[in-house]
Amino acid sequence: MNTSMSWIRKYVPDLNVDPKTYCDAMTLSGTKVETCEELDKDLDKIVVGKILTCGPHPDSDHLHVCTVDVGEGAPLQIVCGAPNAAAGFKVPVVLEGGRVAGTHSGGMSEGGIEIKAGKLRGVESHGMICSIEELGSTREFYPEAPEGGIYIFPEDTPVGADAVEELGLHDAVVEYEITSNRVDCYSVIGIAREAAATFHKEFHAPDVKETGNDEQASDYISVEVKDKDLCPRYCARVVKNVRIAPSPKWMQRCLASNGIRPINNIVDITNYVMEEYGQPMHSFDYDTVSGHKIIVRRAADGEKFTTLDGQERTLDSQVLMICDADKAIGIAGIMGGENSMITDDVKNVLFEAACFDGTNIRLSSKRIGLQTDASQKFDKGLDPNTAREAINRACELMEEFGAGEVVGGCVDVYDNVRKPVEIPFEPDKINALLGTQVPEEEMLAYFRKEDLDYDAERRVVIAPTFRQDLKRTADLAEEVARFYGYERIPSTLPSGAATAGKLQFNMRVLAAARDVAEDCGFSQGYCYSFESKKVFDRLTLPPDAPERKAIEIMNPLGEDFSIMRTTSLGGILTSLSTNFNRRNKSVRLYETGNVYLPKALPLTELPDERMKLTLGMYGDGDFFDMKGVIEMLFLKLGMNMKPEYRTDTLKCYLHPGRQAQIFYDGKNIGEIGEVHPEVRGRIEIGERTYVAVIDMPTVLEYASFDRKFTGIAKYPAVTRDISMIVPKSVTAAMIEKVLVQRGGKILESYSLFDIYEGAPILPGFKSMAYSLVFRHPDKTMEEAEITAAMKKILNGLEGLKIELRK
Amino acid sequence: MSDIEQKVREIEEQAAREITSAEHLEKLNDIRVAFLGKKGTLTAVLKSMKDVAPEDRPKVGKWVNDARESIENKMEETKARLDAEKMKVQLKAETIDVTLPSKMQEIGHRHPNTIALEEVERIFVGMGYEVIEGPEVEYDEYNFTKLNIPPNHPAKDEQDTFYITKDILLRTQTSPVQARVMEQGKLPIRMISPGRVFRSDEVDATHSPSFHQIEGLVIDKGITFADLKGTLDVFAKELFGPDTKTKFRPHHFPFTEPSAEVDVSCFKCGGKGCRFCKGEGWIEILGCGMVHPHVLEMCGIDPSVYTGFAFGVGLERIALLKYEIDDMRLLYDNDIRFLKQF
Repeated sequence: MNTSMSWIRKYVPDLNVDPKTYCDAMTLSGTKVETCEELDKDLDKIVVGKILTCGPHPDSDHLHVCTVDVGEGAPLQIVCGAPNAAAGFKVPVVLEGGRVAGTHSGGMSEGGIEIKAGKLRGVESHGMICSIEELGSTREFYPEAPEGGIYIFPEDTPVGADAVEELGLHDAVVEYEITSNRVDCYSVIGIAREAAATFHKEFHAPDVKETGNDEQASDYISVEVKDKDLCPRYCARVVKNVRIAPSPKWMQRCLASNGIRPINNIVDITNYVMEEYGQPMHSFDYDTVSGHKIIVRRAADGEKFTTLDGQERTLDSQVLMICDADKAIGIAGIMGGENSMITDDVKNVLFEAACFDGTNIRLSSKRIGLQTDASQKFDKGLDPNTAREAINRACELMEEFGAGEVVGGCVDVYDNVRKPVEIPFEPDKINALLGTQVPEEEMLAYFRKEDLDYDAERRVVIAPTFRQDLKRTADLAEEVARFYGYERIPSTLPSGAATAGKLQFNMRVLAAARDVAEDCGFSQGYCYSFESKKVFDRLTLPPDAPERKAIEIMNPLGEDFSIMRTTSLGGILTSLSTNFNRRNKSVRLYETGNVYLPKALPLTELPDERMKLTLGMYGDGDFFDMKGVIEMLFLKLGMNMKPEYRTDTLKCYLHPGRQAQIFYDGKNIGEIGEVHPEVRGRIEIGERTYVAVIDMPTVLEYASFDRKFTGIAKYPAVTRDISMIVPKSVTAAMIEKVLVQRGGKILESYSLFDIYEGAPILPGFKSMAYSLVFRHPDKTMEEAEITAAMKKILNGLEGLKIELRK
Repeated sequence: MSDIEQKVREIEEQAAREITSAEHLEKLNDIRVAFLGKKGTLTAVLKSMKDVAPEDRPKVGKWVNDARESIENKMEETKARLDAEKMKVQLKAETIDVTLPSKMQEIGHRHPNTIALEEVERIFVGMGYEVIEGPEVEYDEYNFTKLNIPPNHPAKDEQDTFYITKDILLRTQTSPVQARVMEQGKLPIRMISPGRVFRSDEVDATHSPSFHQIEGLVIDKGITFADLKGTLDVFAKELFGPDTKTKFRPHHFPFTEPSAEVDVSCFKCGGKGCRFCKGEGWIEILGCGMVHPHVLEMCGIDPSVYTGFAFGVGLERIALLKYEIDDMRLLYDNDIRFLKQF
């Protein structure tokens, strides 16, 4: 919503504040100012001058040399390049040292352009005669300004007067952000009322009378509303013998400041009233309205209608139409029809001011794909009580401008009159909610300034119907707070019982996981929850892969954001690819985020959101570095069981010989592997890439931050190394299983310290060497015990066809 | 003085001279052997005891022992001196260039979003708030209806919601978590709910279809707007520095009444106005208000007994401001050169 301060002053004449003070105060009282454009900010020392003489420049074929009377001192010699410069005209003149806002081509210059005395092609010039563009405005605001020439004032303008004042440019155009609850402030009157209350000034609403001749509108037009739920009120009036002409300059300027192009008196009046009251109006060519009857009804499904912009629209049964006895003549609240629009030949005009259901207008306008100034006002939900005054205002202006003969009376279909809301006045509750001690009288004073009534006897505040936002005490509390001043409300902290602040257990576990990942050199990335369906192809997943059962978004931003991810790999691999393509060497990334697994499709209940820790890396490091991160994670989370790495089910997106499903306590807790070269190719990463995905809900079942001290071993350990020739098919896990089972309780730990393939080891075999540590908690072990344990272990290993190295 | 005594004294003096002039530990050992060894000169005196009259033997023994003790003491002193000298030489030889590059463990970096989130969590946990999360795919009812945004309310359009079905959507705010907690009916409530939210905004320097919010809620008897002001004032000072000021401006949100938007004084220029705050001196950071009585009623809380406040702040907004990141897309690119700066 844009409005000039001068328009506001029409209703608040005593508003004598500068734009900055005005904007700050309005923002703090709740009408937020987005921007403020001071029209005179770069205009300085500009007066009305009269061109006394205008002769040719001796050295130019387009420049003129003028003498100009500026009211004070001797006439000035000014060189002027405008083609329309001529003796006798009164024009805006910038004196030496003055400033203009822009160039004659309309380009604006920050801080303005200073005008100095100087010579133009050898002839002295003491100032400049300006065009409207140089004054920082446009012909849109000043349609009377000549195109491509200097501005010319009316004959009667006093010479020497402030030209900026004469043009009405000592003004500011203010843009407000109006919140959806304050429908009344989508109007100049609404903002003026707020301004008056903010600055403690008198508010003067327009004094509107239902003027007109002795005839009755009802003799000219009848109105039937078939869908009263969508049209609570419909007012119609008639103006005869209209004369189309430009509207007065003041009105054109008001409209221009609100961003509306002036057209002619009828259009301008309806637009002016729409801005002034926030009530859109429509004007029909009365003589095209068949049967002189208005019917308000829903459209038929598939009904076609041509709006006044010449476009054919297809409608449905939820769209409300304005019709005459035979045909539709307008889409209610959105746009009139071509068949009834005002043309230059119009003789009689039918004015409409109606109230339509805001939601219906909003949804219809969306479906039809047509948003207009009118629909944007209606869709907020207007107060039906404004319509009558607005239509009378329009007719009054028609009379005032001599634009036609207004027929007396108004056809007004309005059954369910909206009544003001009464709210009990409870000053103690208001103070208790705000934490203030605003006296009762002061509160009532604020309410009065806003045109809220108060019934002292019943102690109720009566909110006028245009204040649809006021329903209960909390709403009144906001009114008090706004005008008392948010800044004057004290700052305290909540009292009451103390509460224990805390993070939930799952958040602590996740934080620990982040620490581990970062300690291992992985940096945290953030990936989208959305995915493209193409991700499944990139991962080479078969058509029936469970991952493909993803939740689809009804209205996605595009294919890349069309589903909710069921795997976190797409995100991390895309991020690695970004890094690889930007030539970043050796990158390690991790991410914590949900995957979304539907219980059934289409969704009937909320999906299972599973938090995943996803790690990915290329460059330095291999499978076992990645495996180390996982085991470090388990260690840090107090998960002391040994994880299992199973290779019996393979994932197609991982290298078939370098992947494992990770099991903890028999539960699948994640997966790890090298990315399949085929997948890596599709994602465009040119180096071996390793990933791991850990299912955090499973981790949560086992993670613990509890620790118990188990003492420090008192008795010495004994170490035995064994070096073996092992068939290639035997895995470390198989060997270690034997070590653990056979070594018994006294086997404290074991570690692989050498693995080797190649000569002199025969093909099909590998050499492996383990170091075993034995310790008894309660005594120094005897040689015999260790020998017995070793014998058991070696017997077990023989079962795997393992031989000791000689 | 007998000859023997004379001789012992000479040996002692000679030894002392040699010890004093010894320049390294090996020499000292030679001296030990020469005087105190099996064939040493002092030992020789002892060996000649058999030629001494028995009554004189104790005397001679004492002379020899005294001399031995004196020599040994001297040797100890000298050894200590030589040891120290040797150590000094060795340490000097071991001098390193301490300005050579360090060997740093390559560690990972936390995302600025998470750093900002942990900062906010720290502040509120310290004030007794519980951190509670909720589902990202949510029912329309929790995301809108229970927060005073009934079906067909224009605010539903404003929030540009992604829908999955007619009734299920991607949450546009984390407030539905608050509705869920209020419904459980355990009072008082002091909570913040951080999390991912979704709105249908095209990706650009200041927008993303998914971003993060942190919303706070306090419900108790006697909670006032003044408490809201005080709480957010503490929050702003903790987050942006102790000189930070807050400005509350009236605003409108469907689930709070009265509502406010909060600006903080620009922490870059201190409020004078700079490029960072676009010359305003203030930066808008959050929205807040007193929980709307109708919202309390819908969640089964009696608004005539309990009042509360709620606030919401964008995590990315904080991260961008606090770490001076000029483009939101950087947060989702995951370029290691960006992440390494945090």
